[in-house]
Amino acid sequence: MVEVSNKMTVMPGLRKIYGRPQSLKDVRTHYCPGCGHGIIHRLLCEVIDELDIQGRTIGVSPVGCSVFAFDYINIDFADSLHGRAPAVATGIKRSQPDKIVFTYQGDGDLAAIGLAEIVHAAVRSEKITTIFVNNANYGMTGGQMAPTTLLGQHTTSTPTGREAGAAGFPIPMTEMLAILPGVVYAARGSVSDPPHIGKTKAMIKRACKAQVDGAGFAIVEILSNCPVGWGMTAPESMEHLSEVELVYPLGVLVDRSAPPRQPSPPEGS
Amino acid sequence: MAAIMAGCRKYFAYPITPQNEIPEYMAAHMPEVGGVFLQAESELAAINMVYGAAAAGERAMTSTSGPGYSLMLEGISGIARAELPVVLVLVMRGGPGIGSLENAQLDYFSATKGGGHGGYRNIVLAASSVQELFDLTQLAFELADYYRVLVMLLVDGILGQIMEPIEIMPFSNGKTRSLPAKTWALTGTGRQRPQNIISTMLMREDETYQWHQRMAVKYQKIQAEEVRYDSYCLEDARIAVVAYGMTSRVAETAIDECREQGLPVGLIRPISLFPFPYQFISQYTHRIEGFLVTEVSMGQMVEDVRLAVNGRSEVSFVGRGGGLLSHQEITRGIRELWLKLATK
Repeated sequence: MVEVSNKMTVMPGLRKIYGRPQSLKDVRTHYCPGCGHGIIHRLLCEVIDELDIQGRTIGVSPVGCSVFAFDYINIDFADSLHGRAPAVATGIKRSQPDKIVFTYQGDGDLAAIGLAEIVHAAVRSEKITTIFVNNANYGMTGGQMAPTTLLGQHTTSTPTGREAGAAGFPIPMTEMLAILPGVVYAARGSVSDPPHIGKTKAMIKRACKAQVDGAGFAIVEILSNCPVGWGMTAPESMEHLSEVELVYPLGVLVDRSAPPRQPSPPEGS
Repeated sequence: MAAIMAGCRKYFAYPITPQNEIPEYMAAHMPEVGGVFLQAESELAAINMVYGAAAAGERAMTSTSGPGYSLMLEGISGIARAELPVVLVLVMRGGPGIGSLENAQLDYFSATKGGGHGGYRNIVLAASSVQELFDLTQLAFELADYYRVLVMLLVDGILGQIMEPIEIMPFSNGKTRSLPAKTWALTGTGRQRPQNIISTMLMREDETYQWHQRMAVKYQKIQAEEVRYDSYCLEDARIAVVAYGMTSRVAETAIDECREQGLPVGLIRPISLFPFPYQFISQYTHRIEGFLVTEVSMGQMVEDVRLAVNGRSEVSFVGRGGGLLSHQEITRGIRELWLKLATK
């Protein structure tokens, strides 16, 4: 029998095809049942393992549900005051330029109170990676409206639904950031179903690889569900993500991290 | 310059008058030593960049003035909780709000009593000359690393603006401290050690209580070992002027003037405002009948002097909300206190 992890053994002749990433701790999370953070943590840890950067990666967690990310991801970590993660990550990266530094932020944290910090980290093209989890509400404080909340969405601070005249429109953060020349990679994924989850992982990997290669600021926005904040069951909230995807289109918005392509051979040659 | 001599290699700040000479100096000279100068998008960002750099084990600093300091209090509170070594220069200006650019000593309460939320302390040092500011800046980095606290240099607006000749030399306070290794710093685990976590939270059961218990011990140690003060003509004094920063130099002129007229007056100058020299002041109450506190404020440090004196001597106050105190105002205050004591 071959030991492949501290808790799993495999019979001879069998091949391990799925297991817990080494960077992901073997503990229960505090997240609500059905919450998308668990999936996203796992994707991030798979990428950290695949790029073999666990020993030199430093995370910055936000204020919000994912403030305890360091309880689940086994790397050096700082938590940050509300919205300031990109500034903290800037201080870390400027001190430890050979390390891989990422922020993990929610939509209230990044798109409201931390707007200046994320925009200017992007303007400076800080060599950091931002994982931006957009679940269209403030989950931890009790499901209040966030700048990302959809029009008509009921939250505890928009009890009759978000109305543009009183509370404005949903903020397309990643599109706004993608126009900045300092942003080398910007993409939006979703955790609504396995195909989307697979694509989202590829985006995270690309965004982290950009930093490994010494390129500038990269961000992946991930549409995620919040069953409790949305007043839905977990399956309902997963299905509802397709509505959110209509407001926030998925895909790679900009990729300036790619090496310049070879010029195509002239026609007729 | 003193900061760079002390090994500071990370400086983050946002422009604000009257301290722009510091970022401009850093912008020119940090690159020469391979350091980082970064102009942040706000004081909120600047202090959080300092938090990040200090968390990564670097000697990091920022500088600001009143309105920027108010914004930084969020990060200062977090730095206190996370016990990060940081140096902050606060050049005071006039009034609340945008206020004015006048000389002032109006941020004493905010600097020495915590300022931000949550019940923490910073070491606060106040210089009275450019030379002393140079020396204390170097000391500040040592104290910050030794105690894992934020050390603030509280600077009068006028001291932030004047030029004086100084002797440039590495600071020595006679103590050779071995500074603890920063084993807690975020440097990547290298898969060689358990993860390091720098946190501003106290969410675990009993953690708030335990943190404050631990800080009480640390702050008591600072109060026992890091009190700094200076005095002038105190040997035979029956009245003591108490002043910090540039105001103490004006007071010295007033004291010389009163001495010429035969008044036995001296000066006590707190250098560390936290820890405040309570004991040094209180030991004189048997001989000094009156203390005249003078500040460019409507009376802030005077409350700490009253605590030190504890009713055993007279305490009076001369101050103004902004601008410059004249030595004539202080002399008048000394004479009035002398008359009051004589008619008692």
